[in-house]
Amino acid sequence: MAKIVGTIYTTHVPAIGNAIRNKKQDDPYWKPFFDGFNFVHDWVAQVQPTVAVVFYNDHGLGFWLDALPTFAIGCAEEYKTKDEGWGIPTFTDFDGDTDLSWHIADALKRADFDVVTCQEMYFDHALAIPMELTWPGVQRPIKIVPIEINTVLFPIPSAARCLALGRAVGKAIESYGKDERVLVFGTGGLSHQLEGERAGFINKKFDLDFVDSLPTNPEWATQFTGEEIAESTGTQGVELINWLAARGTIQGDAKTLHMNYHIPISDTAACTMVQVAA
Amino acid sequence: MTVYTETIFYGPASTRGYPLNKMCFTFNDKAARDEFVSDEAAYCKKFGLSEAQTEAVAARDILKMLAEGGNAYYLAKLASGVLGLDMQDIGALQTGVTKEEFMAKLVAAGKD
Repeated sequence: MAKIVGTIYTTHVPAIGNAIRNKKQDDPYWKPFFDGFNFVHDWVAQVQPTVAVVFYNDHGLGFWLDALPTFAIGCAEEYKTKDEGWGIPTFTDFDGDTDLSWHIADALKRADFDVVTCQEMYFDHALAIPMELTWPGVQRPIKIVPIEINTVLFPIPSAARCLALGRAVGKAIESYGKDERVLVFGTGGLSHQLEGERAGFINKKFDLDFVDSLPTNPEWATQFTGEEIAESTGTQGVELINWLAARGTIQGDAKTLHMNYHIPISDTAACTMVQVAA
Repeated sequence: MTVYTETIFYGPASTRGYPLNKMCFTFNDKAARDEFVSDEAAYCKKFGLSEAQTEAVAARDILKMLAEGGNAYYLAKLASGVLGLDMQDIGALQTGVTKEEFMAKLVAAGKD
């Protein structure tokens, strides 16, 4: 049977892609962020995942306003990336795990999550950067199942809905018959706002309250509407709903093995965290 | 707290901003970026940008692009990919401070 080995949560700021490309990991600006991955590298080497299920939000590469899903799951044999117009490197492609993708997609639909299934799908930095950070400079030993969540067009799916989605995905993984070792990612956040007169908004207190809530009280964030989350954490900080979905895959309480929080990376309060079932 | 609600992107803004955002979406391709640079006004016209949107693009006025329905994620393809600005340049432009002041504000947010 498949087993969830744990969850990794991390920021996916596009500028990280350039920092990796230009080998800036030890640069004083970047070091406090990249050092947060030393633990991740050791831990991943121990738990040896075979599949990564990644909750992320697309920024206008795989999806755009012409047809914008609230939830979409990749069911492809391979996933491609390409130039996303942000002036950052183009990342490498990934192999998919179609059997697991369909298993999860079917389970979601049977659980009344009307998820869009994608047999061709481009992914952007929001998926690629966490993979590059977790498996730097090596052939990644995993297949992926991407699950995309809309954070562009409001109303965004509620925190409660994303947590429930994650719980349904977690149940689906645990009922999968093959012996896969599944590592779940939630990418994006934490607080940041790129646009408007409030550009540069960061809210350390809210971020830390959110992080503290995740192990044993992930429902904490579900008291807020999408708009209230945007108010507290910035219009792009709402990406934390990807974290809630990832957290939901761990049934019951979780425990945090590692946390690194650093302000700022670009305009963002950067955070990296590893959690496993308590 | 009036600022944040203005930047939350709902359907009506998405309708108003569709030509502008659609143009920005094309900037995923280098050929499109080059075509824009070679004749900005013609490229804006090709996508049916309104007069106000075209003026905002010509003036590099990001706040006005937002007011005309631009979405931050797509505008970033114009601002970063085409105009070569980084997020701190863009932040400074929008908030009326220097880049150094904008970056200092970010650092200060970590010390609270």
